[in-house]
Amino acid sequence: MHVPVSITINGRQYSRDVEPRLLLVHLIRDVLGLTGTKVGCDTSQCGSCTVLIDGVAAKSCTCLAVQADGTSVTTIEGMAGDEGLHPLQESFWNKHGLQCGYCTPGMIMASHELLRCNPDPSDEEIRHGLEGNFCRCTGYQNIVRAVRDAAGSATGGAQ
Amino acid sequence: MSASTFGSGIRRREDPRLITGTATYTDDIVLPGMLHAAMLRSPFAHARITSIDTSAAAEAPGVVAVYTGADTEGEIGPAPCAWLLPDSGLSIADYHCIAKDTARYVGDIVAVVVAESPHQAYDALDLIDVDYDMLDAIVEPKESAAEGAPQLHAEIEGNQAFHWTVTGGGDIGEAFESAAVVVKETIVQQRLIPNAMEPRAALASYTQATGELTLWNTTQNPHIVRFLMSLVVGIPEDRLRVIAPEVGGGFGSKIAVYPADFITVFCSKKLGVPVKWVETRSENYQATTHGRDHVQEIELAATSDGKIVGLRATVWAGMGAYLSTAAPGIPTILHGLMLSGVYDIPAIHEDVYGLYTNTTPVEAYRGAGRPEATFMVERLVDLLAAKLDIDPAEVRRRNFIPKFDNGHDVVTGLTYDSGDYDGALTKLLDKAGYDQLREEQVEARKQGRYIGLGLSTYVEICGLGPSQVAGAIGFQGGLWESAIVRFHPSGKVNVMIGASPHGQGEETTFAQIIAGELGVSPDDVKVIHGDTDNTPMGWGTYGSRTTAVGGAALALAARKIRDKAKVIAAHLLEAAVEDMEYEDGKFFVKGSPDSSKTIQDIALMANVAWNMPEGVEAGLEATTFYDPPNFVFPYGAHLARVEVDAETGSVTLQRYVAVDDCGPQINPVIVEGQVHGGIVQGIGQALWEEGVYDEDGQLLTGTMLDYAIPRADGLPDIEVHSTVTPSPHHPLGVKGIGEAGTIASTAAVYNAVIDALQPLGVSSVRMPLTPERVWRSIQAAQEDN
Repeated sequence: MHVPVSITINGRQYSRDVEPRLLLVHLIRDVLGLTGTKVGCDTSQCGSCTVLIDGVAAKSCTCLAVQADGTSVTTIEGMAGDEGLHPLQESFWNKHGLQCGYCTPGMIMASHELLRCNPDPSDEEIRHGLEGNFCRCTGYQNIVRAVRDAAGSATGGAQ
Repeated sequence: MSASTFGSGIRRREDPRLITGTATYTDDIVLPGMLHAAMLRSPFAHARITSIDTSAAAEAPGVVAVYTGADTEGEIGPAPCAWLLPDSGLSIADYHCIAKDTARYVGDIVAVVVAESPHQAYDALDLIDVDYDMLDAIVEPKESAAEGAPQLHAEIEGNQAFHWTVTGGGDIGEAFESAAVVVKETIVQQRLIPNAMEPRAALASYTQATGELTLWNTTQNPHIVRFLMSLVVGIPEDRLRVIAPEVGGGFGSKIAVYPADFITVFCSKKLGVPVKWVETRSENYQATTHGRDHVQEIELAATSDGKIVGLRATVWAGMGAYLSTAAPGIPTILHGLMLSGVYDIPAIHEDVYGLYTNTTPVEAYRGAGRPEATFMVERLVDLLAAKLDIDPAEVRRRNFIPKFDNGHDVVTGLTYDSGDYDGALTKLLDKAGYDQLREEQVEARKQGRYIGLGLSTYVEICGLGPSQVAGAIGFQGGLWESAIVRFHPSGKVNVMIGASPHGQGEETTFAQIIAGELGVSPDDVKVIHGDTDNTPMGWGTYGSRTTAVGGAALALAARKIRDKAKVIAAHLLEAAVEDMEYEDGKFFVKGSPDSSKTIQDIALMANVAWNMPEGVEAGLEATTFYDPPNFVFPYGAHLARVEVDAETGSVTLQRYVAVDDCGPQINPVIVEGQVHGGIVQGIGQALWEEGVYDEDGQLLTGTMLDYAIPRADGLPDIEVHSTVTPSPHHPLGVKGIGEAGTIASTAAVYNAVIDALQPLGVSSVRMPLTPERVWRSIQAAQEDN
């Protein structure tokens, strides 16, 4: 059995018939070929698959594709605009907030959520806000710096 | 655009693709006609397989093939162990890619399904009917050595994979008999699970018409994969192309060539279409190699004023059910030879027993043997300090190897390259404000608060290593690296290296090396790695060796280019080569810097070759194979400050200060990032992480929900400092920095916690130092009093 799903991702509309059990992350990656979103676990701990659903961050492995029907999703591929990189992308680059890069798409999307809810977080609030995203390379310190940097940037992190 | 680029913290060239989601990892690749493999893994730690019925699975929707051990018999050999540790009675059990008649750990592969989609493959796994006869399992290494323990491999007596010893210096028995003070400890270096964020994956594409196969693989060492793959599946190396595309971390867990990799290649070869396999995280916990797993009985002998006279240890190292690719060298060569640490120790003896257990194979994990050595030594030194009531910093000072800049022999047989251990400690104590911290500790104790300070002064061996040594210690490969530097007519540069970075940033630092040597902008240099078809041979990225060995190869290749360019420049300027000078990318006649040829001018001329000096070949390209004369030995001193809540046992890490010396830093921002990440992994071992099996061999920490990976909270900002002591034998003076933080930090944090608990009479807690363990240790100590 297949179910129709219509979804807007990074401003483009997609309509597909999918298995009801298909996770949103697999729709994004395997069906639509947007591979920037990563899968790092199978228990919803790691946060590598974090995307924005109607502007709010969600782990796309915790959501069925059919549940996302009619929503507007932003993935890492949709963060940079015509004017260049998103401030969070810039700050992750500037502050060496990534090494292997695998957690980075999810980390940037989670950071976006953090700044949306709290535009001027303390370091402690940043650390608390990113608890749901694992990074094995950086020890998080430069990720915290990057988020702080984006929060302080002229355009703000959550544009 | 100048040599000053070497040493500057420029932004990484890797990052634009990574922050935009446009990087390509193995699982991101889709090929036409590609099928998907899923592995059926044993749910039991030790069981005889009495029958397998795959008929229902074979008929399931989308399933193309199901293979068991019977199908791979004679087609793919056992997964090889490639570190044949000499003089150790090494007994290697066959590691069949698909278990033939017995499964020996939870995760041992029993069958593989190939289907049109991953979901169909996983659905079909449930339809395979396997009958198992359960056997008794053994999971703890020391218990595995005991008489009467369940035996894993019929042909291997006592589960013993090897017994290796290191003996150096004076008579160890005499050292202990005559010592004024002896301190002893038993340490469990718990099993750790590496958890690279990208799970392992393989995509194999075989072309029957040509007999050629391309394998995309999450590996730290594609050239080793090609070498071993050719031996195991019988495709000659010239027809095998191994590509490590973007690789999402490794930490040692992507060194080995795994059964699932061989099976994926087998499936593609058999079916003549591309086959992809991607492990789930749960599979990663069960089947991607683990780290550590030592039981260590250790003792230190010293004079009454704290001068160490001997160190003796026995280690039972769990190897898992089979010996992984590099496994035998980890708890031996990379561990036992480092037992002198930063100290002059006149007599050392260690026995290491490698034991098979019904667990996931144990391999290199960040630090790989050296954290286990550093912890032993640093723990013993602290016990000695406590016993003699001397400050731990002072005991270290009384035993440090004095400053040296060109070689120091230790009794284990190694020659350290350069070091100033007292200098590192002095800087650390100064930066941390050690005296004041001790005063604060005294005050805190008066208020009933338990603050502790922990030191760890370490040296580590990396930059593996001279190939002659590799041969002598049984490593079945070389340990040199190679680099090609190729100037294009426009003056842009391609660098091809055999090593295979996967997050460490060498696309940037290697461009900085070229910039420093040849005066081009790093932006004009593209570093190519990870593809055996377009990079020269190299042995891979592990053991903090990419910059220490590969970087040396690159610098020497650049110098060859400079030599050739000088000859061409002399010709163009109608001068004698001896009269030429080089500075910052320009060649000129001595005294006439205004009339010069840039490296770009030379690149153009060499490539068009219209006017070359007689006897000089066209092109501006150089290749170097660099085999280091020795290892490199980074070192440092770390301090942790913790507070323990005696009511709950919870530990708060309040401060962490690090001084590391990896020689001159090509990019200090990248160095700092390596230090941060390394330290946090070591903190993870001290406080949170443990791979736990129950007595039947079930992995209880089988998901990220159960295994405590460090998170962003619960960590202080790490204060990073450095000293700079060049390696005397490296062309750039640099040492490795990838593992140093991990090697140092577990001991620093552990020592801090024990220091905090000293008033409560606690001198030992099994890691990780969870609230429950700490609380129980406090209760036990109180009852004893």
